[in-house]
Amino acid sequence: MSAMDERSRYLRRRIIDALEGGGRGHIGSSLSLVEILRVLYDDVLRVRPDEPGWPDRDRCILSKGHGCLTWYAVLADKGFFPQDELLRQCHPGAMLGGHPERAHIPGVEASTGSLGHGLSIGIGMALAARLQRRPSRVFVITGDGELDEGSIWEGAMSAAKHRLDHLTVLVDYNKLQSYGLVKDVLDLEPLADKWRAFGWAVREVDGHDVAALRETLGQLPFAAGQPSVVICHTVKGKGLDFAEFNPDWHHKAKVGAADVASMREALERAE
Amino acid sequence: MRQHAVNMVDTLARRDSRVVFIGSDLGPGVLKGMKRDMPERFFMEGVAEQHIIGMAAGMAMEGFVPYVNTIATFLTRRCFDQLAIDVCMENLPVRLIATGGGTVYAPLGPTHLAFEDIAILRALPNMTIVAPVDEVEMVKLMDASLDWPGPLYIRVGKGNEPIVTAQDTPFAIGRALEMRPPEEVTFIATGIVTAKALAAAERLEAAGLRAGLIHMATVKPLDAAAVRRAAVAARLVVTVEEHTRMGGLGSAVAELMAEEPTGARLLRLALPDAFPEGYGGNDHLMRLAGLQPDQIADRVMRALEPAA
Repeated sequence: MSAMDERSRYLRRRIIDALEGGGRGHIGSSLSLVEILRVLYDDVLRVRPDEPGWPDRDRCILSKGHGCLTWYAVLADKGFFPQDELLRQCHPGAMLGGHPERAHIPGVEASTGSLGHGLSIGIGMALAARLQRRPSRVFVITGDGELDEGSIWEGAMSAAKHRLDHLTVLVDYNKLQSYGLVKDVLDLEPLADKWRAFGWAVREVDGHDVAALRETLGQLPFAAGQPSVVICHTVKGKGLDFAEFNPDWHHKAKVGAADVASMREALERAE
Repeated sequence: MRQHAVNMVDTLARRDSRVVFIGSDLGPGVLKGMKRDMPERFFMEGVAEQHIIGMAAGMAMEGFVPYVNTIATFLTRRCFDQLAIDVCMENLPVRLIATGGGTVYAPLGPTHLAFEDIAILRALPNMTIVAPVDEVEMVKLMDASLDWPGPLYIRVGKGNEPIVTAQDTPFAIGRALEMRPPEEVTFIATGIVTAKALAAAERLEAAGLRAGLIHMATVKPLDAAAVRRAAVAARLVVTVEEHTRMGGLGSAVAELMAEEPTGARLLRLALPDAFPEGYGGNDHLMRLAGLQPDQIADRVMRALEPAA
C-alpha cells in the first residue's frame, strides 16, 4: 500500500468541501474512487476540458453515479467547470446534484444513479466509435454492489461478442455495499474468474496505489480483441479512519460543521 | 404490418448511414438484405433487453438513429428503467418497433400480451407513441420516423389488417386523421382498432345513426385540437383501443375532456383492467372485451338509450 500523496489528499479535501457545501453525499463511495479517477484523468484519458464535445475524445462513464463527489472534484480540477460549483452541489438550481447528469455537466457522458446502466451505454459508444472510425476509447467505472445487477452481465457478454478491446471497465471493489459486506449481501466471488468466463481480459490492482494504477492502465488493451476489466481493490471511506470500511458512511445527510471538522482532521492525519 | 415496419429499416439504412438495427433474438432471416449489405449496422444482441436499450442509447448519443425491434412486452416492461433514464431523460432518437401491441399474441397467453404498454410509456416525458392503423400508414410512419427528434414507440398490429388508408392519405406524427367528420357520436380510436371503429360506424349509419371517426395514430403527444373538435360537436365521444382502460387513449381523452368540459359524454371501450385469459386468437380476446364492430355499435346504441 502506497502512502497518500498531496494530490490525492487535495482531491479528498475538495470532496469534503463539496460535501460540506451540499450538506450531504455518498462520501464513503466517493472516497474509494479517488485514485481511480485521478489516474484516469491525469494519465490515461484523452479529453479536452475546454472542448468537452471533441468527437475523438475518450468517453468516461461513472456507472456508480453515487460516487459523483469524486468525479465532480476531478472534473472541476481539470477545468471542465468552475471550482465554485462544487460548493453548491445539491443546491436549488445547481449544476451538480446527488447523481451526475449528462445534460447539465460538461464532461459527464451519461446520466447515472440507477445502477447497471453505464456498461451498456458504454458499449453503444464503443460500437459507435468503431463505426465512425474514431480512435475514442470508452472507460466505465462500476461499483461492486452494482455488479448485482443482471444488466451488467448482459453487457459483459455483449462486449466480448463484439470484441471491444477499446472498452475498459474499472470495478471499484471496496467490499461494502449499502447494507453491509458485499460477500454477505450477494457475494461476487470469484469475481476475476467471472469476468474471465464472460470473455474479458482481467487485471487486479490496489485501487489506491497511483503508480500501480498507472502501470496497469498503461498496458491497455490487455488482450487484442477482448474488452478489459481492472478490478480495483479499494477501501470504502479511504482517508477518514472512522469511515473506512464502515457501512454507516455509505451516504451521509445533514452533515454539520462538527462532522466536517472531524473529517478534515482525519484526512490530514491519514497516511 | 411488422414486415413493412422492419423492411423500412432496410430502406432507411440505405438512405441514411445513421440508421442501425438492433434486434433481441428475432426469427431467422430477419432483414437478411441489410445484414448482407450493411453487416456493421445490423445487430442481433440476444435476449437482453435492458442491455439493448442502454446500447441503443449509447449509439444515439454518438449520432446514430437506432431502430430496436422485439416483442412489445419485452421492449417495454423488461427495460423500463433504461427507457426512462437512458433514452427518455436524454431525449434520444431511439425507435422502438414493438411487435404484437395489444392482444396479437393471444394464443401465447398473458406473458406475451402488451395490454398496458401505452399507459406505462405515456408516463415517460419525451416519449412519442404511435399506433398505425394499417401497413400503408406504417410505411409513412417509418418514413417520418427518421428525423423525428426524440424517442419513438411504434406499436405494431397483428398483420394482414384491413387497409383503410390510401397512399395519398395525409400522415404526420402527432396529427390525428378525421376519417369521418365529427357528428353527435364520434369515435376516437388508435391502432388497428380504428378499422373496427370504422366498421362499427358503418353499421351505425346503416341503422340511421351517423358517427364521426378520428384516427388517433399518435397517442402521445395527443392531438388535442382534434379531440376538442370532436368533443364540441358530439353528444357522445367513444374511445376505442386494444389496450387496458387504465392509462391509454381513453384516459388521455378523458383527461382532456375533464379539463375542458363541453357537455359531451365519454364512453371508453377498451380491454378490462385484468390480465387477459383464455388464449384462442386475437379475434377471440377482442370479442371477450366487446371490441368487435358489432359489439362496439351495440354498446354505442345502449349508451345513447335514455336512462330508465
